[in-house]
Amino acid sequence: MSQLVEQVVLITGARKGIGRSLAEHYLGHGYSVVGCSRKDSDLRHERYHHYCLSVTDETSIKSMFADLANRNGRLDVLINNAGIASMNHVLLTSVDKAREILDTNFIGTFLMCREAARLMKKNQFGRIVNVASVATPLKLEGEAVYAASKAAVISFTQVVAKELASFGITVNAIGPTPIDTDLIKSVPEEKLDQLVRLQAIKRRGTFSDVTNLIDFLIRPESDFITGQVIFLGGV
Amino acid sequence: MADQERVQQAVYRAVDELNKQLPKGISVNKSPDAVLYGKTGKLESIDVVTLIMEVEDQIKAEFGTSITIADDRAMSRENSPFLTVGTLTDYVAELLN
Repeated sequence: MSQLVEQVVLITGARKGIGRSLAEHYLGHGYSVVGCSRKDSDLRHERYHHYCLSVTDETSIKSMFADLANRNGRLDVLINNAGIASMNHVLLTSVDKAREILDTNFIGTFLMCREAARLMKKNQFGRIVNVASVATPLKLEGEAVYAASKAAVISFTQVVAKELASFGITVNAIGPTPIDTDLIKSVPEEKLDQLVRLQAIKRRGTFSDVTNLIDFLIRPESDFITGQVIFLGGV
Repeated sequence: MADQERVQQAVYRAVDELNKQLPKGISVNKSPDAVLYGKTGKLESIDVVTLIMEVEDQIKAEFGTSITIADDRAMSRENSPFLTVGTLTDYVAELLN
């Protein structure tokens, strides 16, 4: 995957979990990697640059893109990985928590896509990968707001794919199954096992399942694949 | 500082409301040791949801304060506040303070 011009990938929520694993993966494949998260990252690499920001903060995001454009001059890949979840019955869910989930998972994805596409458009090339969830198609109880926020990401992906197609930008979404990260640490084991039993392939996901799928979607040869949502595990 | 006795009475009133809604033969005692959830609990998870809602309503009526009991803070505790009537009462008092 090495290339003559150093390609730039931006990963949100890059400090830990899937985001961190993606950052290390693409550094290993010669990309220049830009990460962001609310807290600072301890990832140190000559081709890694980290921004501390919330994906819901439009002003900070615009500053980051201005800086990124100055430093790198281009953006090839955006992976909208940042996301939060909160398992709770709808009757006990506060409006503050509901807004927080929608803000991070949907508004964050929207803001990053908009700003990234403005930069990608200049090169007439871009690959955007949004992160959905199996919680939406499986209609998981206890995840009403989270599943709805990811349903919004799916609809957004499908429409934006059309709006950006003429700029050479593809927009797809991946739907991971449960992977052992902080996102699911408060979900009881029994619930996770029940969820895995609903998949065609009955095991938890791994970081490499995710990187493999994203590798496929961002390849130059994948320029005829857009507006698609691929769920892992056979959901 | 919220009066522990007033909190306990509010929780007991919520237990009364829950008991009215439970199937015949199942009820929760108005005692700090009464088990709510876990291996020895008799309640379904939806019953615990109902109780928490009732407690939120009773606290609002008693103290005029809206609290959210089941949030990330509660869920991530090493010792769940939802194990017994007593642990729930203590947690609610903590939230009020």
